[in-house]
Amino acid sequence: MTDLLTRRQVMAGISLLSLGVLAGCDPRSGGALDFKYGKDMSNQILGRSFKLKDTQGNPRTLSSFWGSMPMVFFGFTQCPAVCPTTLARAAQIKKLMGRDGGFLQVVFISLDPERDTPEVLDAYVKAFDPSFVALSGTLEETAAAAKEFGVFFEKVPSGDTYTISHTSTSYVFDSRGQLRLGLSHSLTAKECTEDLLTVMEVC
Amino acid sequence: MRHPAHSFKRGLAALALIGLSFSALAETTVKDAWVRATVPHQQSTGAFMTLTASSDSKLVDVQSPVAKIVQVHQMTMNNDVMGMKQVHSVDLPAGKAVSLDPNGYHVMLMQLNGQIKEGEQVPLTLVIEDAKGQKQNIEVKAPVRALNAEAMHGGHEHMH
Repeated sequence: MTDLLTRRQVMAGISLLSLGVLAGCDPRSGGALDFKYGKDMSNQILGRSFKLKDTQGNPRTLSSFWGSMPMVFFGFTQCPAVCPTTLARAAQIKKLMGRDGGFLQVVFISLDPERDTPEVLDAYVKAFDPSFVALSGTLEETAAAAKEFGVFFEKVPSGDTYTISHTSTSYVFDSRGQLRLGLSHSLTAKECTEDLLTVMEVC
Repeated sequence: MRHPAHSFKRGLAALALIGLSFSALAETTVKDAWVRATVPHQQSTGAFMTLTASSDSKLVDVQSPVAKIVQVHQMTMNNDVMGMKQVHSVDLPAGKAVSLDPNGYHVMLMQLNGQIKEGEQVPLTLVIEDAKGQKQNIEVKAPVRALNAEAMHGGHEHMH
C-alpha cells in the first residue's frame, strides 16, 4: 500500500515536472519570455560547457549552479568602472529580490587570469556580497569560456601595462541551466530585478 | 582661550571629512574627488571627480604617490561592449563642469604600492594647462570610498 502511494506520488511528480517543461522550461517549445528591460535569450545556446575553477580550486561548470539562478558576468579586478558598478548592482538586486535573493547566484568570470589570482578574486567579489562566486582558468580556458558566451574581450596596451575592453552584459540562466536573459550594463538594479523575477516565474 | 586659527583648521578638517574638498587654486576647481577602495593585492583602481576651469584648459597629467603608474582613461560603451583607452589630455572648456566618473573619463591608479582602504585619503596632483600653455598643479586629497561605492552613491536609484 505504501509502495503504491509512493509510486503514485512519483508519477505525480514526474507529470508536474513535464508540465513545467511544456510551460516554458523547454527550449524546444519556443519558450520566449517577455522581458521589460533585458534581452530575451531563451532561444540562444550559450555558455553550456565552460569549465573553470573557483577560488578554492574546485572545478565548476554550468551544472554546478543547477537549482539556482546563475547571473554570469565577465570582467577583471583592475577594471575601474564597469566591473565594480555591475557587481555593486548585482548586490543591490539581490537585496531588492528579498526572500528570492537567495536563489540568485552571481558568478564573476575573470578575463585577466594573469593578474587576477584566486586570492584577489575571492576578496574582490566577496567585498560586494559574501555569496558571490569568482571563476578563472588558464588563458586558453578563459578564451574558450568567453567564446562560448559570445563575449568579446581584448587587451589594450596602456603604457607599460594593459587594460581590457570587454562585453559588459550579465547573462542569466534559469534553474535548469537554460539561458534566459541578457542584462545590459545601462539597466538599473530595479529594472534588472523585475526581469529576474520574470525568469523565476517560469522556472 | 581658543585661538581663532585653531578653529579655522578644525573647520577645514571637517570639510575634508565630508568629502567636499574644494581646491580653488588657479582657475580650476575640483569637486567631489574620490577613489575606489581595493582589496589586498589588487593592483589598480580609479579616481573620480568633477573639474571646472574658468578659462579653456586641459587636464594633461595626474600624479599620485600611491601608484607607480597614473593615467587618464576614457571608457566608451558600444553595443554593451566596454571599451577602454588611455588619453593624453582631457579638455576643460571654460565654465563647464567636466566629470571624471565611472562612465567616461577617469584617473587610473595602476601598480598600486599597497591596499587603498576605505576612509583613507589619496593625494593627487592634477596638472592643468591653460590655452597659453601655462601649467599649474592642483593638489587634491581624495577620500576613499568602499569598493561597492556605486550602489550607495548612485544618482538614479531611489528605492529602498
